[in-house]
Amino acid sequence: MTALFLRDVKLSVRAGGGALIGVLFFLTVVAVVPFAIGPDLNLLSRIGPAILWIGALLSCLLGLDRLFQAEREDGSLDLMLMQETPLVLTVLVKCLAHWVASGLPLVLAAPLLGLFMNMDSLAIGATMLTLLVGTPAITFIGAAGAGVAVALPRGGLLVSILVLPLAIPVLIFGVSAAYAAVQDPAPFLPPLIILIAITLFFAVIGPVAAAAALRSSSD
Amino acid sequence: MPLSLAVEGLGAKRGEDMIFKDISFVLKAGEALVVTGPNGSGKSTLLRVVAGLLAAEEGFVSVSGAETGHPRELCHYLGHRNGMKRELTVEENLSFWKSFMGDSPGGSGMNVFEAEEAVGLPGIGHLPFGYLSAGQQRRVAMAKLLVAWRPIWILDEPTAALDAASERMFAGLMLAHLEKGGIALAATHQPLGLENTRRLEMRGFEFTEVE
Repeated sequence: MTALFLRDVKLSVRAGGGALIGVLFFLTVVAVVPFAIGPDLNLLSRIGPAILWIGALLSCLLGLDRLFQAEREDGSLDLMLMQETPLVLTVLVKCLAHWVASGLPLVLAAPLLGLFMNMDSLAIGATMLTLLVGTPAITFIGAAGAGVAVALPRGGLLVSILVLPLAIPVLIFGVSAAYAAVQDPAPFLPPLIILIAITLFFAVIGPVAAAAALRSSSD
Repeated sequence: MPLSLAVEGLGAKRGEDMIFKDISFVLKAGEALVVTGPNGSGKSTLLRVVAGLLAAEEGFVSVSGAETGHPRELCHYLGHRNGMKRELTVEENLSFWKSFMGDSPGGSGMNVFEAEEAVGLPGIGHLPFGYLSAGQQRRVAMAKLLVAWRPIWILDEPTAALDAASERMFAGLMLAHLEKGGIALAATHQPLGLENTRRLEMRGFEFTEVE
Protein backbone atom coordinates (compact mmCIF):
# COMPACT_ATOMS: atom_id res chain seq x y z
CA MET A 1 0.00 0.00 0.00
CA THR A 2 2.91 2.35 0.73
CA ALA A 3 4.15 1.44 -2.74
CA LEU A 4 0.84 2.52 -4.29
CA PHE A 5 0.86 5.78 -2.33
CA LEU A 6 4.42 6.63 -3.37
CA ARG A 7 3.77 5.67 -6.98
CA ASP A 8 0.69 7.89 -7.24
CA VAL A 9 2.43 10.85 -5.63
CA LYS A 10 5.40 10.37 -7.96
CA LEU A 11 3.13 10.14 -11.00
CA SER A 12 1.33 13.35 -10.20
CA VAL A 13 4.49 15.40 -9.77
CA ARG A 14 6.22 14.02 -12.87
CA ALA A 15 5.67 15.45 -16.33
CA GLY A 16 2.06 15.03 -17.37
CA GLY A 17 0.86 14.73 -13.79
CA GLY A 18 -1.94 16.94 -12.54
CA ALA A 19 -0.50 18.32 -9.29
CA LEU A 20 0.80 21.60 -10.65
CA ILE A 21 -2.20 22.15 -12.93
CA GLY A 22 -4.52 22.34 -9.92
CA VAL A 23 -2.40 24.95 -8.15
CA LEU A 24 -2.06 27.02 -11.32
CA PHE A 25 -5.81 26.93 -11.87
CA PHE A 26 -6.38 27.97 -8.24
CA LEU A 27 -3.93 30.82 -8.74
CA THR A 28 -5.65 31.94 -11.93
CA VAL A 29 -9.16 31.91 -10.49
CA VAL A 30 -8.23 33.84 -7.36
CA ALA A 31 -5.81 36.24 -9.06
CA VAL A 32 -8.41 37.53 -11.53
CA VAL A 33 -11.03 38.29 -8.86
CA PRO A 34 -9.41 41.55 -7.61
CA PHE A 35 -9.27 42.79 -11.18
CA ALA A 36 -12.94 42.03 -11.71
CA ILE A 37 -14.15 43.45 -8.38
CA GLY A 38 -12.01 46.56 -8.46
CA PRO A 39 -9.80 48.11 -5.78
CA ASP A 40 -12.36 48.05 -2.97
CA LEU A 41 -10.16 46.61 -0.22
CA ASN A 42 -12.93 46.16 2.33
CA LEU A 43 -15.07 44.25 -0.13
CA LEU A 44 -12.13 42.07 -1.16
CA SER A 45 -11.25 41.13 2.40
CA ARG A 46 -14.92 40.42 3.10
CA ILE A 47 -15.36 38.01 0.19
CA GLY A 48 -11.78 36.63 0.42
CA PRO A 49 -12.49 33.36 2.29
CA ALA A 50 -15.40 32.55 -0.01
CA ILE A 51 -13.35 33.17 -3.17
CA LEU A 52 -10.48 31.04 -1.85
CA TRP A 53 -12.89 28.24 -1.10
CA ILE A 54 -14.57 28.41 -4.52
CA GLY A 55 -11.17 28.38 -6.20
CA ALA A 56 -10.00 25.43 -4.12
CA LEU A 57 -13.22 23.49 -4.77
CA LEU A 58 -12.94 23.92 -8.53
CA SER A 59 -9.22 23.06 -8.62
CA CYS A 60 -9.87 19.95 -6.52
CA LEU A 61 -12.44 18.77 -9.05
CA LEU A 62 -10.14 19.49 -11.97
CA GLY A 63 -7.92 16.42 -11.94
CA LEU A 64 -10.24 13.99 -10.22
CA ASP A 65 -11.70 12.35 -13.32
CA ARG A 66 -8.25 10.94 -14.15
CA LEU A 67 -8.02 9.18 -10.78
CA PHE A 68 -9.12 5.81 -12.16
CA GLN A 69 -9.36 6.53 -15.87
CA ALA A 70 -5.58 6.61 -16.29
CA GLU A 71 -5.33 3.27 -14.49
CA ARG A 72 -8.00 1.80 -16.70
CA GLU A 73 -6.44 3.00 -19.95
CA ASP A 74 -3.12 1.28 -19.32
CA GLY A 75 -4.60 -1.88 -17.85
CA SER A 76 -3.41 -1.35 -14.28
CA LEU A 77 -6.99 -1.24 -13.01
CA ASP A 78 -7.54 -4.87 -14.07
CA LEU A 79 -4.70 -6.00 -11.85
CA MET A 80 -5.86 -3.82 -8.96
CA LEU A 81 -9.32 -5.40 -9.16
CA MET A 82 -7.81 -8.89 -8.92
CA GLN A 83 -5.78 -8.50 -5.74
CA GLU A 84 -6.42 -9.94 -2.33
CA THR A 85 -6.13 -6.42 -0.90
CA PRO A 86 -9.68 -5.07 -0.54
CA LEU A 87 -10.46 -2.68 -3.37
CA VAL A 88 -11.84 -0.17 -0.85
CA LEU A 89 -8.40 0.10 0.71
CA THR A 90 -6.74 0.56 -2.69
CA VAL A 91 -9.20 3.35 -3.49
CA LEU A 92 -8.63 4.99 -0.10
CA VAL A 93 -4.87 5.01 -0.60
CA LYS A 94 -5.25 6.41 -4.10
CA CYS A 95 -7.48 9.19 -2.71
CA LEU A 96 -4.96 10.04 0.00
CA ALA A 97 -2.13 10.16 -2.54
CA HIS A 98 -4.24 12.33 -4.82
CA TRP A 99 -5.00 14.71 -1.97
CA VAL A 100 -1.36 14.96 -0.90
CA ALA A 101 -0.30 15.70 -4.47
CA SER A 102 -3.08 18.08 -5.49
CA GLY A 103 -5.07 19.13 -2.37
CA LEU A 104 -2.24 19.91 0.00
CA PRO A 105 -0.52 22.31 -2.45
CA LEU A 106 -3.79 24.31 -2.57
CA VAL A 107 -3.75 24.65 1.20
CA LEU A 108 -0.13 25.78 1.08
CA ALA A 109 -0.83 28.28 -1.71
CA ALA A 110 -3.79 29.78 0.15
CA PRO A 111 -1.80 32.31 2.28
CA LEU A 112 -0.24 33.88 -0.80
CA LEU A 113 -3.59 34.21 -2.49
CA GLY A 114 -5.09 35.50 0.77
CA LEU A 115 -2.76 38.50 0.43
CA PHE A 116 -4.23 39.19 -3.02
CA MET A 117 -7.62 39.38 -1.34
CA ASN A 118 -6.43 41.76 1.39
CA MET A 119 -7.24 39.24 4.13
CA ASP A 120 -5.71 39.69 7.58
CA SER A 121 -3.59 36.97 9.14
CA LEU A 122 -6.40 35.58 11.28
CA ALA A 123 -8.68 35.15 8.26
CA ILE A 124 -5.86 33.56 6.26
CA GLY A 125 -5.10 31.13 9.09
CA ALA A 126 -8.76 30.20 9.50
CA THR A 127 -9.20 29.67 5.75
CA MET A 128 -6.09 27.49 5.61
CA LEU A 129 -7.34 25.39 8.50
CA THR A 130 -10.78 24.91 6.95
CA LEU A 131 -9.20 24.06 3.58
CA LEU A 132 -6.92 21.55 5.30
CA VAL A 133 -9.80 19.67 6.89
CA GLY A 134 -12.33 20.25 4.10
CA THR A 135 -10.52 19.48 0.83
CA PRO A 136 -10.02 15.75 1.61
CA ALA A 137 -13.82 15.44 1.63
CA ILE A 138 -13.94 16.79 -1.93
CA THR A 139 -11.37 14.19 -3.01
CA PHE A 140 -13.37 11.36 -1.43
CA ILE A 141 -16.64 12.55 -2.97
CA GLY A 142 -14.91 12.99 -6.31
CA ALA A 143 -13.50 9.46 -6.15
CA ALA A 144 -17.03 8.08 -6.16
CA GLY A 145 -17.85 10.20 -9.22
CA ALA A 146 -14.62 9.14 -10.91
CA GLY A 147 -15.49 5.51 -10.26
CA VAL A 148 -18.89 5.91 -11.90
CA ALA A 149 -17.46 7.73 -14.94
CA VAL A 150 -14.37 5.54 -15.33
CA ALA A 151 -15.49 3.98 -18.60
CA LEU A 152 -16.56 7.24 -20.23
CA PRO A 153 -13.91 8.70 -22.51
CA ARG A 154 -14.86 12.33 -21.83
CA GLY A 155 -16.12 11.94 -18.31
CA GLY A 156 -14.34 14.96 -16.84
CA LEU A 157 -17.19 17.42 -16.82
CA LEU A 158 -19.65 14.72 -15.90
CA VAL A 159 -17.66 13.90 -12.76
CA SER A 160 -17.71 17.55 -11.71
CA ILE A 161 -21.46 17.80 -12.21
CA LEU A 162 -22.10 14.50 -10.43
CA VAL A 163 -20.12 15.41 -7.34
CA LEU A 164 -20.89 19.13 -7.09
CA PRO A 165 -24.19 18.73 -5.17
CA LEU A 166 -22.45 16.52 -2.62
CA ALA A 167 -19.58 18.97 -2.30
CA ILE A 168 -21.90 21.92 -1.53
CA PRO A 169 -22.16 21.14 2.23
CA VAL A 170 -18.36 21.09 2.40
CA LEU A 171 -18.30 24.54 0.81
CA ILE A 172 -21.01 25.92 3.12
CA PHE A 173 -19.43 24.76 6.35
CA GLY A 174 -15.90 25.54 5.19
CA VAL A 175 -16.76 29.13 4.33
CA SER A 176 -18.94 29.67 7.40
CA ALA A 177 -16.18 28.42 9.70
CA ALA A 178 -13.65 30.69 8.00
CA TYR A 179 -16.01 33.68 8.43
CA ALA A 180 -16.80 32.79 12.02
CA ALA A 181 -13.13 33.19 12.91
CA VAL A 182 -13.13 36.85 11.87
CA GLN A 183 -16.70 37.98 12.59
CA ASP A 184 -17.28 38.23 16.27
CA PRO A 185 -20.68 36.91 17.26
CA ALA A 186 -20.55 33.75 15.16
CA PRO A 187 -18.96 30.71 16.89
CA PHE A 188 -15.97 29.18 15.08
CA LEU A 189 -15.92 25.68 16.50
CA PRO A 190 -19.34 24.21 15.53
CA PRO A 191 -19.00 24.68 11.74
CA LEU A 192 -15.40 23.44 11.89
CA ILE A 193 -16.45 20.31 13.75
CA ILE A 194 -19.27 19.68 11.28
CA LEU A 195 -16.74 20.11 8.46
CA ILE A 196 -14.46 17.51 10.07
CA ALA A 197 -17.45 15.21 10.49
CA ILE A 198 -18.32 15.59 6.79
CA THR A 199 -14.74 14.72 5.82
CA LEU A 200 -14.70 11.62 8.03
CA PHE A 201 -18.12 10.58 6.75
CA PHE A 202 -17.04 10.79 3.11
CA ALA A 203 -13.70 9.12 3.91
CA VAL A 204 -15.80 6.01 4.58
CA ILE A 205 -18.65 6.42 2.06
CA GLY A 206 -16.54 7.67 -0.87
CA PRO A 207 -14.12 4.74 -1.22
CA VAL A 208 -16.90 2.19 -0.66
CA ALA A 209 -19.02 3.77 -3.39
CA ALA A 210 -16.05 4.12 -5.74
CA ALA A 211 -15.03 0.48 -5.22
CA ALA A 212 -18.58 -0.70 -5.93
CA ALA A 213 -18.71 1.43 -9.08
CA LEU A 214 -15.35 0.13 -10.30
CA ARG A 215 -16.38 -3.49 -9.74
CA SER A 216 -19.58 -3.13 -11.69
CA SER A 217 -18.14 -1.09 -14.56
CA SER A 218 -15.31 -3.45 -15.44
CA ASP A 219 -15.61 -4.76 -18.97
CA MET B 1 -2.36 -31.21 -2.77
CA PRO B 2 -1.36 -29.80 -6.15
CA LEU B 3 -3.24 -26.89 -7.55
CA SER B 4 -5.92 -27.23 -10.15
CA LEU B 5 -8.14 -24.77 -11.96
CA ALA B 6 -11.59 -25.97 -12.89
CA VAL B 7 -14.04 -24.24 -15.18
CA GLU B 8 -17.52 -25.71 -15.35
CA GLY B 9 -20.28 -24.89 -17.79
CA LEU B 10 -19.04 -21.35 -18.24
CA GLY B 11 -21.08 -18.96 -20.37
CA ALA B 12 -20.82 -15.22 -20.82
CA LYS B 13 -22.72 -12.41 -22.45
CA ARG B 14 -21.55 -9.36 -24.34
CA GLY B 15 -24.44 -6.94 -24.28
CA GLU B 16 -27.54 -9.04 -24.86
CA ASP B 17 -25.97 -11.93 -26.79
CA MET B 18 -24.43 -15.05 -25.38
CA ILE B 19 -20.92 -15.07 -26.78
CA PHE B 20 -20.12 -18.59 -25.61
CA LYS B 21 -21.65 -21.13 -23.29
CA ASP B 22 -21.03 -24.44 -21.62
CA ILE B 23 -17.23 -24.31 -21.61
CA SER B 24 -15.66 -26.75 -19.19
CA PHE B 25 -12.07 -27.74 -18.59
CA VAL B 26 -9.77 -28.69 -15.75
CA LEU B 27 -6.13 -27.65 -15.68
CA LYS B 28 -3.81 -29.36 -13.25
CA ALA B 29 -0.47 -28.06 -12.02
CA GLY B 30 2.01 -27.94 -14.88
CA GLU B 31 -0.60 -27.83 -17.63
CA ALA B 32 -1.24 -25.16 -20.22
CA LEU B 33 -4.32 -24.52 -22.31
CA VAL B 34 -4.11 -22.50 -25.49
CA VAL B 35 -7.34 -20.89 -26.61
CA THR B 36 -7.55 -20.28 -30.35
CA GLY B 37 -10.25 -19.06 -32.66
CA PRO B 38 -11.12 -16.23 -35.05
CA ASN B 39 -11.52 -12.62 -33.97
CA GLY B 40 -14.68 -12.04 -32.01
CA SER B 41 -15.09 -15.66 -30.98
CA GLY B 42 -14.87 -14.78 -27.29
CA LYS B 43 -11.29 -15.68 -26.39
CA SER B 44 -10.62 -12.47 -24.50
CA THR B 45 -14.01 -12.60 -22.85
CA LEU B 46 -13.35 -16.14 -21.65
CA LEU B 47 -10.02 -15.07 -20.18
CA ARG B 48 -11.54 -12.05 -18.47
CA VAL B 49 -14.28 -14.19 -16.95
CA VAL B 50 -11.71 -16.66 -15.60
CA ALA B 51 -9.70 -13.74 -14.23
CA GLY B 52 -12.79 -12.54 -12.39
CA LEU B 53 -12.93 -9.25 -14.32
CA LEU B 54 -16.26 -10.04 -15.96
CA ALA B 55 -19.20 -11.74 -14.34
CA ALA B 56 -20.06 -15.18 -15.71
CA GLU B 57 -23.61 -15.54 -16.99
CA GLU B 58 -23.66 -19.21 -16.05
CA GLY B 59 -21.23 -21.76 -14.67
CA PHE B 60 -18.32 -21.09 -12.36
CA VAL B 61 -14.56 -20.98 -12.00
CA SER B 62 -12.93 -22.67 -9.03
CA VAL B 63 -9.47 -23.45 -7.74
CA SER B 64 -8.72 -26.43 -5.57
CA GLY B 65 -5.53 -27.15 -3.67
CA ALA B 66 -5.05 -23.68 -2.25
CA GLU B 67 -6.82 -21.72 0.45
CA THR B 68 -8.00 -18.48 -1.03
CA GLY B 69 -11.00 -16.21 -1.06
CA HIS B 70 -11.43 -16.00 -4.80
CA PRO B 71 -9.68 -17.73 -7.73
CA ARG B 72 -8.68 -14.36 -9.20
CA GLU B 73 -6.28 -13.76 -6.30
CA LEU B 74 -4.10 -16.60 -7.59
CA CYS B 75 -4.05 -15.30 -11.15
CA HIS B 76 -1.78 -13.05 -13.13
CA TYR B 77 -3.54 -11.34 -16.00
CA LEU B 78 -1.59 -10.04 -18.97
CA GLY B 79 -4.09 -8.38 -21.25
CA HIS B 80 -3.73 -6.29 -24.38
CA ARG B 81 -2.60 -3.37 -22.27
CA ASN B 82 0.62 -3.60 -20.37
CA GLY B 83 -0.40 -2.11 -17.01
CA MET B 84 2.66 0.12 -16.84
CA LYS B 85 3.04 3.85 -16.39
CA ARG B 86 4.86 5.66 -19.17
CA GLU B 87 6.18 8.37 -16.84
CA LEU B 88 7.85 5.96 -14.42
CA THR B 89 11.05 4.08 -15.09
CA VAL B 90 10.96 0.35 -15.80
CA GLU B 91 12.44 -0.35 -12.41
CA GLU B 92 9.88 1.82 -10.58
CA ASN B 93 7.05 0.13 -12.48
CA LEU B 94 8.25 -3.37 -11.71
CA SER B 95 9.07 -2.75 -8.07
CA PHE B 96 5.66 -1.14 -7.61
CA TRP B 97 3.90 -4.26 -8.90
CA LYS B 98 6.20 -6.50 -6.90
CA SER B 99 5.35 -4.85 -3.60
CA PHE B 100 1.71 -4.09 -4.45
CA MET B 101 0.86 -7.62 -5.59
CA GLY B 102 3.05 -9.61 -3.23
CA ASP B 103 3.48 -13.35 -3.65
CA SER B 104 0.78 -15.99 -3.55
CA PRO B 105 1.48 -18.85 -1.18
CA GLY B 106 3.69 -21.56 -2.65
CA GLY B 107 6.26 -19.51 -4.47
CA SER B 108 8.23 -16.31 -4.55
CA GLY B 109 8.83 -13.78 -7.27
CA MET B 110 12.18 -12.83 -8.73
CA ASN B 111 13.74 -9.54 -7.86
CA VAL B 112 13.44 -6.77 -10.42
CA PHE B 113 16.93 -7.18 -11.89
CA GLU B 114 16.57 -10.93 -12.37
CA ALA B 115 13.25 -10.37 -14.07
CA GLU B 116 14.70 -7.76 -16.43
CA GLU B 117 17.44 -10.18 -17.31
CA ALA B 118 14.99 -13.05 -17.80
CA VAL B 119 13.12 -11.09 -20.47
CA GLY B 120 16.37 -10.15 -22.18
CA LEU B 121 16.42 -6.49 -21.18
CA PRO B 122 19.21 -6.12 -18.63
CA GLY B 123 20.33 -2.61 -17.80
CA ILE B 124 17.25 -0.71 -18.97
CA GLY B 125 15.76 -0.27 -15.50
CA HIS B 126 16.58 3.43 -15.40
CA LEU B 127 14.69 4.29 -18.61
CA PRO B 128 11.14 5.63 -18.50
CA PHE B 129 8.72 2.97 -19.72
CA GLY B 130 7.40 5.35 -22.39
CA TYR B 131 10.82 5.50 -24.10
CA LEU B 132 10.78 1.80 -24.98
CA SER B 133 9.61 0.28 -28.26
CA ALA B 134 6.34 -1.66 -28.40
CA GLY B 135 8.13 -5.01 -28.26
CA GLN B 136 10.33 -3.95 -25.36
CA GLN B 137 7.28 -2.65 -23.49
CA ARG B 138 5.62 -6.02 -23.96
CA ARG B 139 8.68 -7.76 -22.58
CA VAL B 140 8.69 -5.50 -19.52
CA ALA B 141 5.03 -6.42 -19.02
CA MET B 142 6.14 -10.08 -19.10
CA ALA B 143 8.74 -9.31 -16.45
CA LYS B 144 5.78 -8.27 -14.32
CA LEU B 145 4.62 -11.91 -14.40
CA LEU B 146 7.95 -12.89 -12.88
CA VAL B 147 8.31 -10.37 -10.06
CA ALA B 148 5.19 -11.47 -8.19
CA TRP B 149 4.46 -15.17 -7.93
CA ARG B 150 1.03 -16.26 -9.04
CA PRO B 151 0.46 -19.93 -9.85
CA ILE B 152 -2.01 -19.22 -12.65
CA TRP B 153 -1.06 -17.08 -15.65
CA ILE B 154 -3.84 -15.77 -17.84
CA LEU B 155 -2.36 -14.39 -21.04
CA ASP B 156 -4.22 -12.56 -23.76
CA GLU B 157 -2.17 -12.46 -26.98
CA PRO B 158 1.07 -12.46 -24.97
CA THR B 159 3.40 -12.46 -27.96
CA ALA B 160 1.79 -9.66 -29.97
CA ALA B 161 4.49 -7.19 -31.14
CA LEU B 162 7.32 -9.59 -30.37
CA ASP B 163 10.09 -10.77 -32.71
CA ALA B 164 10.90 -14.45 -33.18
CA ALA B 165 13.72 -14.47 -30.63
CA SER B 166 11.49 -12.90 -27.99
CA GLU B 167 8.77 -15.43 -28.76
CA ARG B 168 11.25 -18.21 -28.01
CA MET B 169 12.29 -16.38 -24.85
CA PHE B 170 8.66 -16.23 -23.75
CA ALA B 171 8.14 -19.93 -24.52
CA GLY B 172 11.07 -20.59 -22.19
CA LEU B 173 9.51 -18.46 -19.44
CA MET B 174 6.22 -20.30 -19.76
CA LEU B 175 7.95 -23.67 -19.68
CA ALA B 176 9.83 -22.69 -16.52
CA HIS B 177 6.54 -21.54 -14.98
CA LEU B 178 4.84 -24.84 -15.80
CA GLU B 179 7.77 -26.81 -14.40
CA LYS B 180 7.39 -24.95 -11.11
CA GLY B 181 3.86 -26.31 -10.91
CA GLY B 182 2.16 -23.33 -12.50
CA ILE B 183 -0.85 -23.26 -14.78
CA ALA B 184 -1.14 -21.19 -17.93
CA LEU B 185 -4.18 -20.17 -19.93
CA ALA B 186 -3.35 -18.29 -23.11
CA ALA B 187 -5.33 -16.91 -26.02
CA THR B 188 -3.23 -16.54 -29.11
CA HIS B 189 -3.04 -16.62 -32.88
CA GLN B 190 0.65 -17.40 -32.99
CA PRO B 191 2.01 -20.76 -31.90
CA LEU B 192 3.62 -20.32 -28.51
CA GLY B 193 6.31 -22.91 -29.18
CA LEU B 194 5.17 -25.15 -26.38
CA GLU B 195 4.76 -28.89 -26.64
CA ASN B 196 2.15 -30.91 -24.79
CA THR B 197 -0.32 -28.10 -24.44
CA ARG B 198 -4.01 -28.63 -24.75
CA ARG B 199 -6.01 -26.54 -27.16
CA LEU B 200 -9.46 -25.09 -26.94
CA GLU B 201 -10.80 -23.85 -30.22
CA MET B 202 -13.57 -21.30 -30.05
CA ARG B 203 -15.75 -20.81 -33.11
CA GLY B 204 -18.18 -18.17 -32.11
CA PHE B 205 -20.97 -20.09 -30.53
CA GLU B 206 -19.45 -23.54 -31.03
CA PHE B 207 -16.13 -24.78 -29.80
CA THR B 208 -14.26 -28.01 -29.54
CA GLU B 209 -11.47 -29.14 -27.34
CA VAL B 210 -8.61 -30.76 -29.23
CA GLU B 211 -5.92 -32.61 -27.39
